[in-house]
Amino acid sequence: MRYALEDALKNGAYRDAATELLFQLADDDFILAYRGSEWLGLAPHIEEDVAFSSISQDTMGHAAMFYQLLHGLGAGDPDHLAHARPAAERKNAVLLELVNGPGTYLTEPHYDWAFAVVRNYFYAQAKKVRIEALKNSSYQPLAEAAVKVNMELYYHLLHWKTWFTQLLSAGGEAKTRMAAAMEKVFEELDGLFSYGAQGEEFTKHKLIDSEDALKARWLQLMSPVFESLDLKMPEKFAMKSGNGRNGEHTEDLQTALDTLGEVYLFDPAASW
Amino acid sequence: MENTLSFDQLTEEQKYEHFMKRIEAGEKIEADDWMPDDYRMTLIKLISMHGISEIMGALPEKEWVPKAPSLKRKLGIMAKVQDEMGHGQLLLRVAEDLMKPLGKSRENIIQDLLSGDLKFHNVFHMEAKTWGDAGLIGWLVDGAAIITQTNMLDASYGPYARALKRICAEEVFHAQHGEAIIMALAEGTDEQKAMIQDSIDRWWEALLMFFGPGDASTTGTSKQDTTIKYGIRTKTNEELRQDFFTKYIPRVLSLGLKLPDETMHFDQESGMWVYQQPDWSKFKQIIKNNGPKSKDRLRLREISYSNNKWVIDALSAKA
Repeated sequence: MRYALEDALKNGAYRDAATELLFQLADDDFILAYRGSEWLGLAPHIEEDVAFSSISQDTMGHAAMFYQLLHGLGAGDPDHLAHARPAAERKNAVLLELVNGPGTYLTEPHYDWAFAVVRNYFYAQAKKVRIEALKNSSYQPLAEAAVKVNMELYYHLLHWKTWFTQLLSAGGEAKTRMAAAMEKVFEELDGLFSYGAQGEEFTKHKLIDSEDALKARWLQLMSPVFESLDLKMPEKFAMKSGNGRNGEHTEDLQTALDTLGEVYLFDPAASW
Repeated sequence: MENTLSFDQLTEEQKYEHFMKRIEAGEKIEADDWMPDDYRMTLIKLISMHGISEIMGALPEKEWVPKAPSLKRKLGIMAKVQDEMGHGQLLLRVAEDLMKPLGKSRENIIQDLLSGDLKFHNVFHMEAKTWGDAGLIGWLVDGAAIITQTNMLDASYGPYARALKRICAEEVFHAQHGEAIIMALAEGTDEQKAMIQDSIDRWWEALLMFFGPGDASTTGTSKQDTTIKYGIRTKTNEELRQDFFTKYIPRVLSLGLKLPDETMHFDQESGMWVYQQPDWSKFKQIIKNNGPKSKDRLRLREISYSNNKWVIDALSAKA
């Protein structure tokens, strides 16, 4: 059956599962959009700066949409959810919280464009797979949001795929840097596909397809790209720094939260 | 065709005369038209400085993008900074076309910026210490920019006039975005009100300097006469500054904010605002890249340039 907001509010177990899933979706987009906003003014060329910023805005917009759905389910004020929840309550994948590179966005930002391309490309493809699945979610408001997100996602995916292909086809230093970035991303990639400790509830309530199904679809879609570039897909990925879905995070998340909440936390009750 | 042939046979003086007649008749000069070197060089200097200032101008606000205090503000300021980069891109393309006959490109613009040969606008050398500054930049700095850019909307150089038209339309949204931030602070808690007053106090002098010195006696040179002669702009620096006062002083005061200049008043007789001149020797230092944040912000551009060199190399190797 399809659940409207009123139906979800009447069914405690269903509401908890939908809430948990929405936190994963919202937190993923929120933290990656934050990392994207740190890149402003620092991208390889001006045209890319404009394009990347546009993608980050879309992504932040998606996060806002998911936080709004959470608000509907009684999770609290969207700005509070985005700015004030401690790291241990955050459900984003660790891959998406990792810093862009050495330095901070204010001082000596020696950011790694190869890491930005690989992380964003792999995420855009995973998000596309996830959003396609969510179009059939039992939770009606989420299925509707998925249709909206899906339209913008097409361009994000095309954008990052173009960078990925171009840099890997160039050979030389670019290829070496991209290989290093891929290795780093593969080490955390399982965290992106995980639903965490409460994942079974998602499938039980038909909120989304299983982790395995989504991961298999991702592999199926990435394989031709890998083959065309003469790349080998690893047998296994990892979750080296912990499972963000269960609130396990790195120090990188904490410093990001301190920064992104700095003004909000100065006076959470004030209107900004 | 016949027309072109006969034009080529004219002497330089005759060409110049013909060019000035076009300017005086209000015709638009296009990239491939004949133009005197003086006009071309004036435009290159003006437009590349304008373009690079948009790009450097993204940096002070960018400091507050990740920290913006709500989802709505995060989205608003991201869009705004992106627009500024977009304006930079648009203007650099106009400048690039003008530089082509000289064998120069965007690479030269960036190199000139990093070497200090190409200046960026004085206002973007200042510190953006608080969220209040982020609002003030959107409100008053973009408000000042609208005034100077509107003054050039009818510029004789067609590509620049068209770029400005698009830029001005977006700047109006920016000023509204900035004003919304300021309004929220002005209607907020005592700390929030103090935050915005502090921003005005610190930015006032830079805002006065924004329009440039009244005449060449202050800094030794001034391009205003040349740009007016060629129909690139119509008003003088001082006229623009006065327009800014007329538009914004009532708004600043209506929010319950104080001007950090007790001498400031409107003189009915002369029809001018009377105000305390900023310290123009400071201005000279700032535009020589000796402002409070000049070096730090140039450093950011330098890092972006050197860190991403492998990317540019990879792209050009492919092409």
